[in-house]
Amino acid sequence: MAIYLDHAATTPLHPRVQEILSAEFSRTGNASSLHTFGREQRKRVEEARESIAALAGASPTEIVFTGSGTEANNLAIKGFYWSQVKADPGRNLIVIAAFEHHAIIEPVEWLVEHEGAELAYIPITADGVIDLAALRGIVENNRDRIALIAVMHANNELGTVQPIRDVVEIAAGIPVHTDAVQSFGKIPFNYSELGVHSATISAHKIGGPLGVAALILEHGIDLTPLLHGGGQERDLRSGTINAPAIVAFATAAQVSCAEQSENFQRIRELRDSLKTQISSAVPDARFNAADTPGLPGILNVTFPGTETDSLLLLLDNAGIAASTGSACSAGVQQASHVLIALGLSEDEARSSIRFSLGRTTTQAEIDEVGSKIAGVVASARAAYSVMGR
Amino acid sequence: MKVIAAMSGGVDSAVAAARAVEAGHDVIGVHLALSSNPQKYRSGARGCCTIEDSHDARRAADVIGIPFYIWDMAEEFHDGVVENFIAEYAEGRTPNPCLRCNEKIKFQAVLDRASALGYDAVVTGHYAQMKIDEQGRRLMYRAVDPLKDQSYVLAVLNEKQLAGAMFPLGDSHKVDIRKEAKARGLYVANKPDSHDICFIPSGNNAGWLRDRLGSENGPIVDQAGNVVGEHQGAYTYTIGQRRGLGLSVPTVDGSPRYVLKIEPMTNTVVVGAKEDLAITTIVGEKAIWCGPMPTPEIAHRGFAQIRAHGAPLRCSYTVTPETIRVILDEPLLGLARGQGLVIYDGERVVGSATVSQTE
Repeated sequence: MAIYLDHAATTPLHPRVQEILSAEFSRTGNASSLHTFGREQRKRVEEARESIAALAGASPTEIVFTGSGTEANNLAIKGFYWSQVKADPGRNLIVIAAFEHHAIIEPVEWLVEHEGAELAYIPITADGVIDLAALRGIVENNRDRIALIAVMHANNELGTVQPIRDVVEIAAGIPVHTDAVQSFGKIPFNYSELGVHSATISAHKIGGPLGVAALILEHGIDLTPLLHGGGQERDLRSGTINAPAIVAFATAAQVSCAEQSENFQRIRELRDSLKTQISSAVPDARFNAADTPGLPGILNVTFPGTETDSLLLLLDNAGIAASTGSACSAGVQQASHVLIALGLSEDEARSSIRFSLGRTTTQAEIDEVGSKIAGVVASARAAYSVMGR
Repeated sequence: MKVIAAMSGGVDSAVAAARAVEAGHDVIGVHLALSSNPQKYRSGARGCCTIEDSHDARRAADVIGIPFYIWDMAEEFHDGVVENFIAEYAEGRTPNPCLRCNEKIKFQAVLDRASALGYDAVVTGHYAQMKIDEQGRRLMYRAVDPLKDQSYVLAVLNEKQLAGAMFPLGDSHKVDIRKEAKARGLYVANKPDSHDICFIPSGNNAGWLRDRLGSENGPIVDQAGNVVGEHQGAYTYTIGQRRGLGLSVPTVDGSPRYVLKIEPMTNTVVVGAKEDLAITTIVGEKAIWCGPMPTPEIAHRGFAQIRAHGAPLRCSYTVTPETIRVILDEPLLGLARGQGLVIYDGERVVGSATVSQTE
């Protein structure tokens, strides 16, 4: 059985979620219908909404369910941008952390290309945290021009948690969005305490099903919807309400929040064990921002003198599923923009791997990776040297 | 054996991979990304390097049931094939980039990486046959399907490279490969063949070269040195070309003129009568032997081929370790320096060289 160390990409369904899902999928009814069937579905969706809201420190009316984290991020970025420039065309500057997920960067780039937006990146320090002084400078120099600021709560490739409260304080009223897809359920996350205007959370990163996420959005903010139709979700998002997935999302949120501190400790210990074993197997391996507080299970490693193309193949051959930044639409591995933002060179970024551990990871699995990693890296180095790059 | 199947996304490489699996090998599929921005080189389904092609290759690997990876060979391809193509034209030669790609990318960069990763061979969908002789030597032969035979573009592989190459389609006809693909449930079964040069999507080689080498007009002269016209960049002409010369001074008897020579140093194109194109001697340099080198200094009988799908020309040839000298039985009209010269002994590929001189 292959060892799954790609939990940050998606993590197995929690057994309780699986039970709930099959039960919910056997129900009939559209939550928007007024009859008995519809009412029953609606009731379950609203209970789920209340449950998720309570766990995320939000009020139920602030939860807008979407089909994915990407959709929620798009809704926030484009929605805030459009409503801001409508009120004041000069407010067209979007400020985001340099290592945001593509689900933030791409909608912003799209607005730059098609809607006249401008983009400023907040640089990242060597610890994998946004440079607050730089953000302060950007805000001071452009206060009246900024449409919104987006900074993720925890970075998906490094695991580092970001000082969102400081961002909100510096923003002093400018809308702040945070992508909390990686953090919600894994480390403490509280929407109202953070003080952001909007946040994205997702089910499948915490043992819930694929295809359901939520935008948490402050009362009284009307964003321009991306999907027009029945207006099912607060008139902000149309589409038949995915009741079974939403109910399962709530279960996943409950379970992951209830088990959070226990899981955190166990997964962090496993991650530290992996780090120690990699260090002794490959002494010149470098760990990227591994000492910064953040998610428990992420270990980002640079293996000098290797290339992700080869590492991927060899790890896969060895039955180890890890991940290497992102690939373009044709599947060609790209140097991770996160690692570049962290200050790594292209070559270093192209020789780095992310291991992400989760609820189902065991010490035996970590030990097996520890015993195989030296061989994998040695072969990857041989392949790199014949390429003469 | 542990083998890597180079999968372009086309029907041939998909069937080749499937046959390698069936032959009992431990196969993984690899798609070569030859541009770091894959849309850049080509659009449409007729060549290599597009997003659709990488998707098609991945889907074929799924159907065959083998792991699939994409290897970024953009840098190697650019340096070893594209730059070489431009440089050769700038020198007044006419290169064949498919030969370079096989020599430097598919059976060098990929094969080297494959062996470093613990794989024994690279499987491709090329049409050529490999046979082992009584002394256990690997020898390459023309494919069974004369219309698809690709031994010409593989004649740049030396013995070591051939030892790491597998061509499972050499014994088949293309029409049967398409049928087989269909029977295997590969939806690329009816995908059109690739043509032209994969990194020139427009098919307009002259325009592509002009964009990169500039277009400095220069004289077209006859063999006596008289200026008879003006050209738009010497490298956009090929030896033997008759059309599109736009000559301003006609010949006395009105007979057509052909490009005889391209001189990049003086940016001059030389034209002359058809009979002046005729050559009987070809000298090639940078020889590569696809098996044992023929005995040097003595004349051998065989066939020379100078284009991928050109006719085999009866000849006598002599070799040194680095060169091949060919005397053709019948004169040949038009041959450019830089073209690949491939020698056959019957159906067997003896070796190849790059045309450096003709008489």
